[in-house]
Amino acid sequence: MSNILALDTSTDACSVALSCNGEIKEDFRIIPRQHTQQLLPMIEAILADAGIAISALDAIAFGRGPGSFAGIRIATGVAQGLAYGADLPVLPISTLESLAVSAAKAEGADNIVAALDARMDEIYVASYRIENGLPVMELREQVAAPSTFAVDAEGYLAVGSGWRYFEAMPESVKRAVQLSTETYYPSSKSMLVLALDAWAQGKGVSPELALPVYLRDQVAWKKKDQQ
Amino acid sequence: MRVLGIETSCDETGVAIYDSEQGLLGDVLYSQVKMHAEYGGVVPELASRDHVRKLLPLLDEVFQNAGLEKGDVDALAYTSGPGLIGALMVGASTGRALALAWDKPAIGVHHMEGHLLAPMLEEHPPSFPFVALLVSGGHTQLVQVDGIGQYALLGESLDDAAGEAFDKAAKMLGLDYPGGPLVAQHALQGDRTRFRFPRPMVDRPGMDMSFSGLKTYTLNTANDHRDNDGRIDDQTMCDIAAAFEEAVVDTLAIKCKRALQHTGFKQLIIAGGVSANQRLRERLEEMVVKERAELFYARPEFCTDNGAMIAYAGCQRLMAGQHSGLEIVTKPRWPLDTLAPL
Repeated sequence: MSNILALDTSTDACSVALSCNGEIKEDFRIIPRQHTQQLLPMIEAILADAGIAISALDAIAFGRGPGSFAGIRIATGVAQGLAYGADLPVLPISTLESLAVSAAKAEGADNIVAALDARMDEIYVASYRIENGLPVMELREQVAAPSTFAVDAEGYLAVGSGWRYFEAMPESVKRAVQLSTETYYPSSKSMLVLALDAWAQGKGVSPELALPVYLRDQVAWKKKDQQ
Repeated sequence: MRVLGIETSCDETGVAIYDSEQGLLGDVLYSQVKMHAEYGGVVPELASRDHVRKLLPLLDEVFQNAGLEKGDVDALAYTSGPGLIGALMVGASTGRALALAWDKPAIGVHHMEGHLLAPMLEEHPPSFPFVALLVSGGHTQLVQVDGIGQYALLGESLDDAAGEAFDKAAKMLGLDYPGGPLVAQHALQGDRTRFRFPRPMVDRPGMDMSFSGLKTYTLNTANDHRDNDGRIDDQTMCDIAAAFEEAVVDTLAIKCKRALQHTGFKQLIIAGGVSANQRLRERLEEMVVKERAELFYARPEFCTDNGAMIAYAGCQRLMAGQHSGLEIVTKPRWPLDTLAPL
């Protein structure tokens, strides 16, 4: 198995996970607004524990979004900085896919709708079919008002913070999903599962191409001729 | 000591390498000004997004320009603040992680300390102590500088920064963003004596300033001279710009003079975007001659935001043994006079 470091700061959770010589370890913490203080010490500690230098890694994986803009930029910046400094390729990983992996593993579900609270009364959402433990995207990642999105089949497990808007969702969605009773966050450990697969498929990119995926590309900015 | 400097506090991505023995080895900048101009001002979220795209390509470029192997530096300095939190975060997180990967020390630098020390990068630098006028779109401060990190605030603008006043006056005159330099350009063709704008707060003791009233004065003067279609003729426009500029420059000169007299110092440095203003430099040159003092400023590209000043300021502190830990430090608000001395 390859040596990959994964990190995620897309929500209140901050996590780093390391795959090293076939062993996987994770440091996962719920630390709102503390990511900038703790992320690099967490990385240094997990590498030191495993006795591996950054330069001995094969790749860096990070939660590329969607999620808090500030959060995904911290992860992006750190992934870019580490990878640029150590000449490593980067694996940008979807936070929604990460949720799906966690839920699939914990609850054995085959169909999952992952949603994250996008604030401003919207959600980031995508649906997946699980094949061999890995998610295959069905409903593409999008930012949507809870009342406007749709899933076209039944029997989905619904996971993630976006489901707090359940009441505002269409009846068809409410019928199609079963809300998980567990609380899932995007996590570096589930990202590592995706990263190892992506790495095996040769999907590493150079650090300057490791960019956030915001999904929301129009917020409060309007060009002068539209004002 | 050789230091890589990273600046991302607002709408310019700047990267530079400064060597305490060999001087400035490389300096590159990407300005987002054109992008923000379409919105009539800096859009913080767009600024942050652009820094993320531009920073690593600029790092490649600066090492290439310097003729150095990637990573051939002793330490890294990044702007911690003050500035836009999202924009600062990009340089801070990337820079701090990069230093970790290189196993080199890193330090968070105060953006205005960078500006304040920028004249040190010139061939004929000032020596401590001196009076500094920090004058930009975000700041207008008079500072007594006894040494690096030894800053006492003598006075500051109580409302708009001088550069902000320039931009707002430009808006009142219907000039495009960023309007400050356009006001100065129009003023070159203007008659400085046709209109006389007030010099705010010069009749009061002390070195505080106020510029917010000047934009209203600009608007009223412009409105008094609009034709039936609401247009202002070109000459009048230039004359108003000249009167506005004269009022700002005159006010700054009066306060700088007071600062020199108050401290007894014989050196005045000006730094920040507005320090590139030609009329300000002329007016201050006249003033310092009478005060038997000397004026210092940086080359135009180091008056505005840049990586070189961050590399330089960081280098001074790193050489004195200071550095930050593994935390990614951003301080959107960070008073200059709270800095640690060397």
